[in-house]
Amino acid sequence: MATNTETARTVEALSEQRYKYGFVTDIEADSAPPGLNEEIVRFISAKKGEPEWLLDWRLRAYHRWMETAEDTPSWAHLDYPEIDYQASSYYSAPLRDEDRPKSLDEIDPELLKTYEKLGIPLQEQEMLSGVAVDAVFDSVSVATTFKSKLAELGVIFCSLSEAVAEHPELVQKYLGSVVPYADNYFATLNSAVFTDGSFVYIPKGVRCPMELSTYFRINAANTGQFERTLIIADEGSYVSYLEGCTAPMRDENQLHAAVVELVAFDDAEIKYSTVQNWYPGDENGKGGIFNFVTKRGACRGRNSKISWTQVETGSAITWKYPSCLLLGDGSSGEFYSIAITNNCQQADTGTKMIHVGKNTKSRIVSKGVSAGRANQTYRGLVRVQGKADNARNHTQCDSLLIGEQCGAHTVPYIESRNASAQLEHEATTSKISEDQLFYCRQRGIAEEEAVALIVNGFCREVLQELPMEFAVEAQKLVAISLEGSVG
Amino acid sequence: MLEIKGLSVSVAGKEILKDFSLSVAAGEVHAIMGPNGSGKSTLSYVLAGREGYDITAGSVLYRGQDLFALEPEMRAREGLFLAFQYPVEIPGVGSATFLKTAVNAIRKHRGEKEYDAMEFLKVMREKRDALGISEEMMRRTLNVGFSGGEKKRNEILQMALLEPYLAVLDETDSGLDIDALKVAADGINALRSPERAMIVITHYQRLLEYVVPDYVHVLADGRVVRSGGKELALELEEKGYSGFTGNAEAAA
Amino acid sequence: MGAVSPQAARPSRSIELPYAAQFAAAREELPGHDLSWVTSERDAAIARFSELGLPSQRVEDWKYSNLTPLAKTDFTAPDRKAAEAARAEVAERFPKESAAGRLVFINGMLDGPLSALEELPAGVRVLGLADAMADEGDLLKSQLEAVPALNGHALAALNAAFMADGCLIILEPDTELALELLFVAAPDVGAVAYHPRISIAAGAGSTLALGEQHTALGELEYWSNPVTAISLGETAQMRHYKLQEESRRAWQTALTKTRIAAGAAYENFVVATGGRYARNEIKVVLEGAGASCELGGGFLLAGEQHVDNRLRVDHAAPDGTSRQTYKGVLDERAHGVFQGKTVVHRGAQKSDGNQLSRALLLSPNAIMDAKPELEIYADDVKCSHGATVGELDGEQMFYLRARGIDEASARSLLIAAFMDEHLQSVADQAAREWLQGAVSRWLAQHLSVGEA
Repeated sequence: MATNTETARTVEALSEQRYKYGFVTDIEADSAPPGLNEEIVRFISAKKGEPEWLLDWRLRAYHRWMETAEDTPSWAHLDYPEIDYQASSYYSAPLRDEDRPKSLDEIDPELLKTYEKLGIPLQEQEMLSGVAVDAVFDSVSVATTFKSKLAELGVIFCSLSEAVAEHPELVQKYLGSVVPYADNYFATLNSAVFTDGSFVYIPKGVRCPMELSTYFRINAANTGQFERTLIIADEGSYVSYLEGCTAPMRDENQLHAAVVELVAFDDAEIKYSTVQNWYPGDENGKGGIFNFVTKRGACRGRNSKISWTQVETGSAITWKYPSCLLLGDGSSGEFYSIAITNNCQQADTGTKMIHVGKNTKSRIVSKGVSAGRANQTYRGLVRVQGKADNARNHTQCDSLLIGEQCGAHTVPYIESRNASAQLEHEATTSKISEDQLFYCRQRGIAEEEAVALIVNGFCREVLQELPMEFAVEAQKLVAISLEGSVG
Repeated sequence: MLEIKGLSVSVAGKEILKDFSLSVAAGEVHAIMGPNGSGKSTLSYVLAGREGYDITAGSVLYRGQDLFALEPEMRAREGLFLAFQYPVEIPGVGSATFLKTAVNAIRKHRGEKEYDAMEFLKVMREKRDALGISEEMMRRTLNVGFSGGEKKRNEILQMALLEPYLAVLDETDSGLDIDALKVAADGINALRSPERAMIVITHYQRLLEYVVPDYVHVLADGRVVRSGGKELALELEEKGYSGFTGNAEAAA
Repeated sequence: MGAVSPQAARPSRSIELPYAAQFAAAREELPGHDLSWVTSERDAAIARFSELGLPSQRVEDWKYSNLTPLAKTDFTAPDRKAAEAARAEVAERFPKESAAGRLVFINGMLDGPLSALEELPAGVRVLGLADAMADEGDLLKSQLEAVPALNGHALAALNAAFMADGCLIILEPDTELALELLFVAAPDVGAVAYHPRISIAAGAGSTLALGEQHTALGELEYWSNPVTAISLGETAQMRHYKLQEESRRAWQTALTKTRIAAGAAYENFVVATGGRYARNEIKVVLEGAGASCELGGGFLLAGEQHVDNRLRVDHAAPDGTSRQTYKGVLDERAHGVFQGKTVVHRGAQKSDGNQLSRALLLSPNAIMDAKPELEIYADDVKCSHGATVGELDGEQMFYLRARGIDEASARSLLIAAFMDEHLQSVADQAAREWLQGAVSRWLAQHLSVGEA
């Protein structure tokens, strides 16, 4: 078939492209020895000067983890080698604590250069875009901007370690309240060894005037990343939070097990957007990040709303289901996702919408693109509990396959325990048609660019959900990710 | 501009064009008329470089170059434009985005500065007003949910913006009512110039009342059976294709 | 301290059962025990079952089915005298109505006097399984080898170990057959379990219409575990209609496995209103180019009934077409499940697969779980699925009531319309009316009572 030959040829040609963000930053690291035991957990906690209650919580998680088998992904459509948890180091910091920088000027210029290569020039962003950046390099926050402006409004935006020191009552109240430490194997591991992450509190009635943003990096060799983020939106508040990541190229697999917890009270809204572009491994599946993430938001208040938007293009293995617990009456959850897998990447990703309150609504739009020899699964649960009268869900789930060697799978779970619920699920599978490609080429657009254009069109509904500056970056990312892939 | 010599083309083993020759000079408008299945659309697709056609004999010289040595996008960048009989729908891709990508690809190829968003919108506005295309339509997803007339007008807008040397219009009149036909014809006529050649492929004489050709060729069973001036179209209208195809068979 | 082994603390995925002991006791009395290959197949099957166990809900395929109560029930083998004693009542309540041949099974055993097969066309063979074990061992052996294997499925293994009766249907190329199978549960001393095996090989170009009815003489407790293995030759056509009206206290775990050669077409439609727990598992493999299957189903449930429909279609060759369309109506505390899976294998280009699950919930306590699943390894395919769950349309209800129709009748009308639209896809008119009859019976019996 003409198309297939064409496809195969282009895939080959484009596969030559290398990971554009692959580089390693050499920076002084202060790491824990490899391995995980109670001493390491105590070391991490002590290093951060944590209070007793937090150490206890970590230790409970650690003991739980030791008792649990890595069982969770048995249903997931993923195939990866057994992870040697004892080979990883669970703590590293770019600088010693007493040398932590007070402002951007104090930051290692090499690190700033790294951000520039990633297209995140901090100083420029600070001046031009009005985005506050809480940059996480390895496991410790090194730069926080716009704090004072936010402080005027009572918004707390800092690293989680800082929040533990300065707002212990908030952290103690909400940490683990959405994702308990015993939730799943990877969340349990995170609870024991999490190093840092972001903390956001938006007070009653405050509409956060800027997008809050974090960029993650994985850097020091053999360092697993265990971020933990906690966002609380009090009554009537609004916040939009952006998370983006990319990582240096390396050979050995790196484990990442993040946890994100969101809490929204009455009439509050949280919009959480992610662009994930960690190193996916080379074209033969060597290297790449293992990304096991637990993200969950609780709509606790009446008419509260949590919206997840993700663009997942990186990682060798992705296991991620940003979810919403719709507890408050009239609350709503949204999940907009673009997942692109190429070469040997594997992704099993989707969402869970749990309708508990009355008149709760959820909407799921998932766009999956699979190319090369990649396998991708959408896995989504919509559950309506017995008391969730008039719950509504609409799910749209589209897959695009590029080439004959990839796989695209759709596994929705639709569970209704309330007669008044209306649940609808639709899914389609397609490929880029020969006619579409020819039409573009007849207008002078090269095949590779045509593919990027068509795929971005396929993803449009989701791209529209991203904040402007992120959408542009995401569109580029979609094109870059498929440069190694298409036809 | 274009020199087609002894071109034979097969699709899946079946010969569609047989020893077809045609010479088109700059500034000329050639009409190619023929019944269904005579090979009209095959000609347009072969010129534009669509896959699935086997060239078994002959050559095509386009502005001094071997056309078949060029990839489809290179033909487009070198100024060959095909107005599709059935413009393709591309869900999610905005019409304006698509057009800007195409225009800039061609400008870049010609060594001209690429338009930024503001410049492009300005240029596009001028062209689309003339064709009665609304801004709203350009915001819509490419060809998705467009009416037949909207699709064809959009093709002509693309032609106007891409400024080709050679435009091949494949049944641009099909599916249009008389008002839409006039708008389309005005758009086409506005682009006629001494530097530009056009090949207008059509089944009916109707379009040629508005876009008056310099030459008319009658295609039947993959060959040109008659060539003449614009009056040939009228003769065809009167006699129908049957007489001509009969001649073709007799000649064969 | 090494890495945690994934197996270390993995909980048990099955329910342990003492069927092996029961099998050991029955081994020398089952039909065909004098054929050494039958006995060794049975030994292998019970070993396989012991290894697999009854599936627990930890097994993804059985996620929505709790078999623990089944495991806790003591089932006995059916008694022939009890079955014979029910013959007159079966004859009276289920008279033969069509011209097609008919086999009648009482408690899973073929009843000769009630069965009618004399008018079989040439090139067609229909035999009782127990009879075949007695008289046609070689034919049986080659037949069982010709139809799909059933390894890896716990309940199919149990069927293979205990199968005592059933039937073989063999169509030579280009022959035609219409046949009905009636399975009736009759009173016995205790709760009986039976494991019928139906084995069908339809040669190239043949045409088979098979109607199955599963029912009971009263609200009996029993377990029917039928396995149907079908092999369709090139361009063969099979229409397979099934009415599942088991007792509301019964368990039914039915498995149908169909292999379809190039250009052949398989149509299956199941209407289910019976069973305390009923599993309707259908596995189809489109083995040849251009093979097609259409799997339709309608279930109407009330009380504590639970029906688990598990469909899987494998597109293993290019140009295949598959349709899975199930509709359910659930009242009271009923629990409906649709787990459909379409797998398009590498190279099965131009496959066209569609799944649709729609459910109407009539009561606040009814439960519907749907898992329409796609697994695709080829790029040039057209696959889609859809699922909806909801209650009766309030505006439609209001419209009917505004025209003077009372609420119960309006509900009945709308439910009938919901199912009827679906049944229109049944190609054979007589079969469609037969299936519609079951829907009407359910509506008449259930809604008039349930509405009060």
